[in-house]
Amino acid sequence: MSEKILFKYIDYPDQDRIETYIKNGGYTALRKVLKEYQPEEVVDIVKASWLRGRGGAGFPTGVKWSFLPKDGNKPIYLIVNGDESEPGTFKDRQLMEYDPHQLIEGAIISAYAIRCHTAFIYIRGEFVRPAEQVGKALQEAKDKGFLGKDILGSGYDLDIHIVRGGGAYICGEETSLMESIEGKRPLSRQKPPFPAIEGLWGCPTIINNVETLSNIPHILNNGAEWYKSFGTEKSPGTKIFCLSGHINRPGNYELPMGVNLKELIYEYGGGIIDDRPLKAVIPGGSSTPILRADEIDVNMDFESLAAAGTMLGSAGVIVMHDGTCMVSALQKLTKFYEHESCGKCSPCREGTNWMNKILKRMLKGEGRPEDVDLLYDIAKNILGRTVCPLGDAAAMPVIGFLDKFRDEFENICNGGKPKGTIHFPFN
Amino acid sequence: MYLSEETREKIKALRDKYPTKKAALLPTLHLVFDECGYLGTDQLDEAADVLGISRLEINEAASFYTLFPKHKVGKYLLQVCDNISCSLRGADNLVGYIKEKLGIEVGDTTPDGLFTLWTVECLGSCGTGPVMQVGDRYYEKLTREKVDKLLDKWKNGGEDGSSKEPKQSDR
Ligand SMILES: Cc1cc2nc3c(=O)[nH]c(=O)nc-3n(C[C@H](O)[C@H](O)[C@H](O)COP(=O)(O)O)c2cc1C
Ligand code: FES
Repeated sequence: MSEKILFKYIDYPDQDRIETYIKNGGYTALRKVLKEYQPEEVVDIVKASWLRGRGGAGFPTGVKWSFLPKDGNKPIYLIVNGDESEPGTFKDRQLMEYDPHQLIEGAIISAYAIRCHTAFIYIRGEFVRPAEQVGKALQEAKDKGFLGKDILGSGYDLDIHIVRGGGAYICGEETSLMESIEGKRPLSRQKPPFPAIEGLWGCPTIINNVETLSNIPHILNNGAEWYKSFGTEKSPGTKIFCLSGHINRPGNYELPMGVNLKELIYEYGGGIIDDRPLKAVIPGGSSTPILRADEIDVNMDFESLAAAGTMLGSAGVIVMHDGTCMVSALQKLTKFYEHESCGKCSPCREGTNWMNKILKRMLKGEGRPEDVDLLYDIAKNILGRTVCPLGDAAAMPVIGFLDKFRDEFENICNGGKPKGTIHFPFN
Repeated sequence: MYLSEETREKIKALRDKYPTKKAALLPTLHLVFDECGYLGTDQLDEAADVLGISRLEINEAASFYTLFPKHKVGKYLLQVCDNISCSLRGADNLVGYIKEKLGIEVGDTTPDGLFTLWTVECLGSCGTGPVMQVGDRYYEKLTREKVDKLLDKWKNGGEDGSSKEPKQSDR
């Protein structure tokens, strides 16, 4: 087993309690930072570590922080994104539930670095237990003087509030998330202005994913060079890969960035259930283009997957064996995006509905030969034409499935029977 | 009055916690849901009045959030994930099984008011699918046997899914 950073103590009994967390080295990074570093120095270290956002886009965290205006009298906000709703992704839940102090310490250090005094942790509404765990941990941290006024005698003040979501995928998108915290109907906002300039209540705001910030204490404890010794040159560090679907050992695996996908599935995940042949893999959560079985000899880092025509996304690896009907599988995704579109932009609102309608028609055996091209055309026309990337997220899987498995869609539209044995009822 | 004094006090306490009153809206929805089990227009209007925001604002936001039922549901709201990873693990068969067992369609409530069945989107628990949420808790790696046991327990007055269960989820 390779060395773990984030999951090192995840199975440790009572790691969620502050005493245990401290015993295992917790809050030493915070003490060190408050004693030894100016905020800008923390930003520089994080920049040098080349930590990249784990929420999907892979933007370098330190670079994002440095976009904040250097002067100005508006308050600066930090938002921790724990909305985790991308199908195939279930890592942030575990980080919040089992090692909440790691996240909180990361959030405090990050807030200090960006000179923020009020931070929010936005947790999806369904995650009741993780929200309770984080809430309890915040109280413990406050009692120990790691939060609140004059933290550890440094003169630095910080409050962290939890906001629980209401069951909406779009609220994971950073601008909708801010609308949601502001108490509005959470429709996405046009960018620019970017949140770092004009975010929550019009103030400069940084939004980072739970996994991203959980790395921060380790980087500050051990240095940027240490962090860069993991993973690849351009995608340093470890990554939590979420394996699900037709795999023998589904679950979360923390491994260095750049681990080979085939190895991930066959060595770590124990291969395909019932030893069946693999058919396809979605490598980075439902919005990332699908790979055929013959394309899985690829490394799981931002660059390698981009070169393979797909994305690392949130690293939700969804595995499908030879019995899976691709038309059925894709319809599960279009149904999701139709349900989750916020309805602001016409291409996304109408397009997701239309794509799902066509796929349902195909599954009923009522597909028309021209439907395959039509579906492709709709997806292409959503791409890049919406305010937020949910439109792209809905279009990319459709394009990917059609590029890789077009014959199955054509077959079904020409009166053929669906391939495979796994067909889902559809709605 | 649709809301208890206690809930009204909690909403009032939220009013000044954030830079704007409106920012207390989403936490208020949770408070109303916790007390009533659903968000009806009457409850929402009253909450808006307590909070001091317009009734339209609260209804407009509330209607967006699918976590909260908008009308009364059964004592146990079974929310079964039927997104991709759970489906690959047999979620759909399980939904069919529950439908048959309870004699209801998705979206319906049993005549005794005990169970409502919903299918929902990914619950962020794909590695332990199929999964359903009932109240505060996730039930993971579901099989027909597990479903049988749970339904029996709840039919026989077992503990309310919305509280007091040992909440640690499977891994
Ligand atoms: C539709 C949509 C849903 C998203 N959902 C999430 C989410 O659940 N969690 C998350 O961290 N980022 C999500 N993101 C990405 C966020 O907008 C944002 O880029 C991210 O939280 C930034 O954090 P990072 O730089 O640490 O990755 C989503 C983006 C889109 C377009
Ligand atoms: S697909 Fe069911 S929990 Fe994610």
